[in-house]
Amino acid sequence: MKDGNGSLASPSPKTSNRRVIKEHILEIVSDSGEGAQKAGQSFGAVSAKMGNGVWTVEIIPADIQPPPRTKESASGIRIRFGSGKITNAGDEADVLVAFNEIVPYNRIEQNVYREGTIVLIENKWATDESDEIRKSYATAIQDFKDRKFVVHEIPMEEECLKLTPNPKKGKNMWVLGMLCHMYDRDMEKAAAQVGYIFRSKSKAVVDSNLQLLQAGYDWASDHLDLCYRLPSVESEEELVVMNGNEALSFGIQAAGIELCSMYPITPATSTSHHLAECIQSSGGIIHQAEDEIAAVGFAIGASYAGKTSVTITSGPGLALKTEFLGLAVMAEVPLVVIDVQRGGPSTGLPTKVEQSDLLAVLYGQPGDAPKVVLAPSTIEECFHFVVLARRIAESFRMPVILLSDANLATGVQPFPRPQLREEWLSPPVDQSPRAEGAMPYGWDEKTGLSQRPVPGQAGGEYTLTGLAHSAQGKVTYLPEVNQKTSALRSLKLATFGRTLKPPRINGDEEGELLVVGWGSTLGAIEEAVNIAREQGGSVSSLHLRFLSPLEPGLLDIFKRFKKVMTVEINYSDSLDDPMITPENRRYAQLAWILRAQTLVDVDCFSNVYGQPLGPGKILARINKELSKLNQH
Amino acid sequence: MFGIKKDFICELPKKYYTLSNYEKGVARWCPGCGDHAVLSSVQRLCREKQLPPEKTVFVSGIGCSSRFPHYMNTYGFHGLHGRAFPVACGVKFRRPDLNVFVITGDGDCCSIGAGAWIHAIRYNMNITTIMFDNQIYGMTKKQTSPTSRLGTISNTHPTGSVLPPVNPLQTSLGMSNVSFVAQTADWVPGHLFATIKAGYEHPGFAFIKVIMRCSKFMGPLVEEMTTNRDAVSILTHEKGIQPDDGTLHAYKNHQIHDPTDINAARELAEDQATSYLGLFYQNKDAIRYDQYGAHNLGFTPEEKITAVNAQLDKFAV
Ligand SMILES: Cc1ncc(C[n+]2csc(CCOP(=O)(O)OP(=O)(O)O)c2C)c(N)n1
Ligand code: SF4
Ligand SMILES: [Mg+2]
Repeated sequence: MKDGNGSLASPSPKTSNRRVIKEHILEIVSDSGEGAQKAGQSFGAVSAKMGNGVWTVEIIPADIQPPPRTKESASGIRIRFGSGKITNAGDEADVLVAFNEIVPYNRIEQNVYREGTIVLIENKWATDESDEIRKSYATAIQDFKDRKFVVHEIPMEEECLKLTPNPKKGKNMWVLGMLCHMYDRDMEKAAAQVGYIFRSKSKAVVDSNLQLLQAGYDWASDHLDLCYRLPSVESEEELVVMNGNEALSFGIQAAGIELCSMYPITPATSTSHHLAECIQSSGGIIHQAEDEIAAVGFAIGASYAGKTSVTITSGPGLALKTEFLGLAVMAEVPLVVIDVQRGGPSTGLPTKVEQSDLLAVLYGQPGDAPKVVLAPSTIEECFHFVVLARRIAESFRMPVILLSDANLATGVQPFPRPQLREEWLSPPVDQSPRAEGAMPYGWDEKTGLSQRPVPGQAGGEYTLTGLAHSAQGKVTYLPEVNQKTSALRSLKLATFGRTLKPPRINGDEEGELLVVGWGSTLGAIEEAVNIAREQGGSVSSLHLRFLSPLEPGLLDIFKRFKKVMTVEINYSDSLDDPMITPENRRYAQLAWILRAQTLVDVDCFSNVYGQPLGPGKILARINKELSKLNQH
Repeated sequence: MFGIKKDFICELPKKYYTLSNYEKGVARWCPGCGDHAVLSSVQRLCREKQLPPEKTVFVSGIGCSSRFPHYMNTYGFHGLHGRAFPVACGVKFRRPDLNVFVITGDGDCCSIGAGAWIHAIRYNMNITTIMFDNQIYGMTKKQTSPTSRLGTISNTHPTGSVLPPVNPLQTSLGMSNVSFVAQTADWVPGHLFATIKAGYEHPGFAFIKVIMRCSKFMGPLVEEMTTNRDAVSILTHEKGIQPDDGTLHAYKNHQIHDPTDINAARELAEDQATSYLGLFYQNKDAIRYDQYGAHNLGFTPEEKITAVNAQLDKFAV
């Protein structure tokens, strides 16, 4: 049997029957509602707790209750885990656990398996009372074998039935147990994890799931000849493991944000679920508004009144917030906006990843509406960037938009436990009486900065307005005032930009190809670039965290490469299309901006399959570009 | 206590606010516009209640009426068309110490802001709302408003509007958790003041609809409303708004109405032929969302850090 990539055949004496591997990609796919995600998340958490690098991504069906045993019903999770740090979801899976023979086709269509992928499939369908199902099962198993998958048929339900009358509910924990044996997971940690995920359930439920976990483990130990070991590097540092939305939730609390005003929308909502569980214990509160417009208005009202606030949303909600964001820019109200991007336009692909909101956040407001936009590229950054965003919003008196995405939202990764700081929590403004003559918009001419008054502050009384206004906060339509105040608001971005350093380059400082990315693609891009470099390719990459203002020094860096290309998960026209010319081509979103700002002929590699970009695809494109460059 | 003798405690002279402490600039409404009257009444209320200007916030949308905060020497928020309610609720949610007023127009409230409006009623925060109902879009120059009477000639319906109007009293009274609904008219100053005062004193969301004169665009209607006193009836009850003698004298039609009786209130609201001025409904015990919002204020940084760390422990490797 061929093993997964990175297999090292060096059995240690103690685990002589265990094959030592460097990393594996595992998928668990079931009908929606069968708990594959719960099993996978637990597996990922246990692995992280054991010191392995982990990245998980959920496979989410678009409908709430799709018909079972259909491709549309495929629900599950991908877990990439290894001895070292894992920064992305990787390419083809090494192992697939399938609860029926149909759901894998959803993934097969997306080319996520390869020859040699091990398939562990529920075998109860082989003896189903329906002829049709038995036939379908047999056909699929044959097809899997034709595709050169390595198939193991597993009596999941049969085994679970020994413990529970309703195996559909418990099968996932049995599978978790089986995987724990396969990968030599620490069963104490696994049991603790099961206890945690069923923490709100009765003891009977917890016990029954623990029994299933153990049963799966025991069965695998007796029947399954697939035993791996992943050496784990014990981290010196204290680590936490969570997904990006949970990291955002922690960031919100650590930043001392006292109000999260939101309206439910995938994939942003789970942030508020976590917040709802704990923000009241840290002195904050959630407001679930009647819609996204009201949600941002409420947050702006609270911020105006001196309470730090955040609003969280995804694409369609962001669209609704547009007018209020313009007001926050115009009236200079600090505000943190978190946009967990999904596929668009319109309702688009609610559960899938895209990086398609960049231009919308930058240019979505009528009129000129400069604001800070930053994008975390790891789960850890999801935490720290909220703290950062709050500080920028207040210092520069403007909205700061944080662009996360569905990939970060559901991706789970361990990272160093944040050491919370008191200064992060400090109240936004000094509320002592305003100095005599202090104006509500007493702009500093050089930087555009000003100190805002807050209700409660004597001497600061003013009426905030979205109309053009003077330093005194008075409505004015004088042409020179509008020109000047537009310049002052814009200046704040330049002032802030001066505090940024040029981005770090991954690889040589000069060469043939420079790949530029932003957001959740960091891990995949660097992995691809590093492999290409190991193969002798002259390629480097840089990853932008600040999209507005752009990090400085880009033009200098770009000039040192023959070609610059962005890698993004959003739509761009392909020059291979006969209708498309370099002149009418619509570029990927960061590419548009970089072209406009640097006048460098930046190319882009982007697509909208709703999937995270795997390192393999990026590597292929890099190699293609490098060979084209070498031909010239 | 602490050995300090009573004689040593110096009482700072409490500042007394006069009307001029609440006035700012010259209101730029048309002469004869009803908005002027509401402004005077509100300034009078602020003086009577001695509201500290720095602790008082007027939140408005967009429209002629929504210019109101610019003429108050307090804090103000002149935001977006239709969005005064969410902003005001956000201001109040974590700042129970602030006196919050919403100033809105019939278009601002009942058309573009209708969604936020009915939810604001349900949130029942301690906010006083004054809805300036001139039955027209004033600011944008005479378009049909949701409260325009059927057949109103406007720039968008030159041959007369074609739908029956929204009835804001009915709508408010139909919303769950409604706690205060009153109606008054800008040209009945005693009643106007008494109503705004009752709204301010109400512990919850007070919705006050002021029938308003738009002298610029609604001349004939203004004429009819202000002269035909038979179409007006003053609501009286010991639990209601106590109008001044002048009002009771000028308007002969009186109607006894118990403002705790929501069914009776709904019936009165439905009566299109008569404009009832007074308190339609009040419930001082309705659930207040601002109390929920303010229930966990004032954590120390140490308390916050301890709480977040305890949560982080659950995610520790
Ligand atoms: C989003 C948006 N749409 C439209 C407008 C234009 N607009 C300004 S005021 C107004 C109507 C105001 O009518 P009303 O609320 O009745 O106030 P009034 O002027 O009559 O006091 C409109 C449509 C706007 N400012 N914003
Ligand atoms: S247009 Fe009408 S509502 Fe506006 S200020 Fe003039 S009279 Fe008042
Ligand atoms: Mg109007």
